[in-house]
Amino acid sequence: MLVLAVVARVWLVGVSESPPVRAWLTVFVSIVVQAMPFVVLGTVLSAVISTVVPPGFFARALPGRAGLAVPVAGTAGALLPGCECASVPVAGALVRRGVTPAAALAFLLSAPAINPVVIVATAVAFPGRPEMVVGRFVASLVTAVVMGWLWLRLGRAEWMRLPARANLDGLSRASAFVATCRHDAAQAGGYLVIGAAAAATLNVVVPPGWLRAVAGQPVFSVLALAILAVLLSICSEADAFVASSLTQFSLTARLAFLVVGPMVDLKLFAMQVGTFGRRFAVRFAPTTFVVAVVVAVAVGTVLW
Amino acid sequence: MRREVQSVLLFLVGGTMVKIGLTGTYVRYVRVGLGPYLIAAGVVLVVVGLASLGQPLFARADVTPPAADGHQHGHGRFDVVWLLLAPVFALLVIAPPALGSYAASRSGTDLRALASTNYPPLPDGDPVRLSVLDYATRAVFDQGRSLGSRTVTMSGFLVADDHGGWYLTRMVIMCCAADARPIKVGLAGDLAAEMPGGPRPDAWVQVTGRYTAQTGADAVNHERIPYVRVLTVEPIPAPAHPYEA
Repeated sequence: MLVLAVVARVWLVGVSESPPVRAWLTVFVSIVVQAMPFVVLGTVLSAVISTVVPPGFFARALPGRAGLAVPVAGTAGALLPGCECASVPVAGALVRRGVTPAAALAFLLSAPAINPVVIVATAVAFPGRPEMVVGRFVASLVTAVVMGWLWLRLGRAEWMRLPARANLDGLSRASAFVATCRHDAAQAGGYLVIGAAAAATLNVVVPPGWLRAVAGQPVFSVLALAILAVLLSICSEADAFVASSLTQFSLTARLAFLVVGPMVDLKLFAMQVGTFGRRFAVRFAPTTFVVAVVVAVAVGTVLW
Repeated sequence: MRREVQSVLLFLVGGTMVKIGLTGTYVRYVRVGLGPYLIAAGVVLVVVGLASLGQPLFARADVTPPAADGHQHGHGRFDVVWLLLAPVFALLVIAPPALGSYAASRSGTDLRALASTNYPPLPDGDPVRLSVLDYATRAVFDQGRSLGSRTVTMSGFLVADDHGGWYLTRMVIMCCAADARPIKVGLAGDLAAEMPGGPRPDAWVQVTGRYTAQTGADAVNHERIPYVRVLTVEPIPAPAHPYEA
């Protein structure tokens, strides 16, 4: 066993000398390391929601009619400072706590895009272009609310494998808190690793000249940047800086990048599979992608 | 069993985060400011791991029924938490280095997002110490006016261009290495003569030189690359903070 470990280590260290493998490893661990504080923040919040907040709290805080609860929850996304890694466990805990799924999903989508940290980062990345900040806020919120309403009309409960919850009955509050933290962190962390591996692969594999080739075509460039946002899985706190550097693309295409990224990306998709189940994620993520692109183009057309 | 596995792995992940946070290796992967949060998150995971290992009395009540927990991921009872071994192993055993010339030569130089609107006079010092980013933005957007004929010194790693020349390069990150973009400054002068052992990719060097109006175009994105007229080149060890922010 020990010999095997030593041999494996020598082999791995050897393989990791090759530049592409080394770059892949660096990007892979970077995404995991970068996301970890947010995953922990999200799981601690979700444990607070599951064990400390009284059961009836959200029922009282949100409007009784689901159609109204969706925009309220979507706007409440502005209160969670963090990126998408924090919002997935929190949304899972909200559903567990009896929040109507449509409202929890609106929160899931809006929180990483419209919170103050991300809005300030966007303003810094686009100096002299406040309309980009406004456009991002409006398009993200509209997309989140539309997705919530779509779920109300078309969603089926059986698609969503309600978050597996640790059975907390009979546990003291402290034990229940620890059990929820452990379960959510293990889930979110495991799926984060899958997403980070996929994103690192694309980061290293996508040919460098690929972007320039499509930048000139208006329709295709919007789609290209929307797809790029999915593939790169950049944290929503950093994506504005990447978008501002994609100067060969139209502002509308870059707005699409900023609206899609925090809502649909490889890392997020993997985490959604973990929290809500695969049957949910394969329907929800592509629909969100289409809605986000359409809304971003509409908002972009009004602005520019 | 599931509880124990999850607890041990979260403990390992937490311990790894604390370790790279305290030793400072985390700056190869994420921005410097994330350090305290990384350590805090690591401590939380360590405490959660230990606390839930220490609750054997609750093991039965706590376990989620396996049937409801299959997660439809096609591997029966495979628990994704095992995957956390991958980053732990990569960080503790391989500890991959900061992004270098391979990543830098695949992306175009990226000054535009970082351009400033005013370029105050250079600080005192002869030579005056500048970041690669500061030099490059002053050279491109200020047409070198604020650089004048001052002797500057800056450090970065070497990246080969397509014509046998070399760029002095730094990667700039906002959050983590996944969003890293290079800043390249062309080195005008005979590097082979100046540098003992000759230039090679990824070598960290300290360059002194003066502004020159010479510019080039990046092969990847055709952005303008400013040059510096090289006076001296010295190999240096990789710096504690590999990225500019």
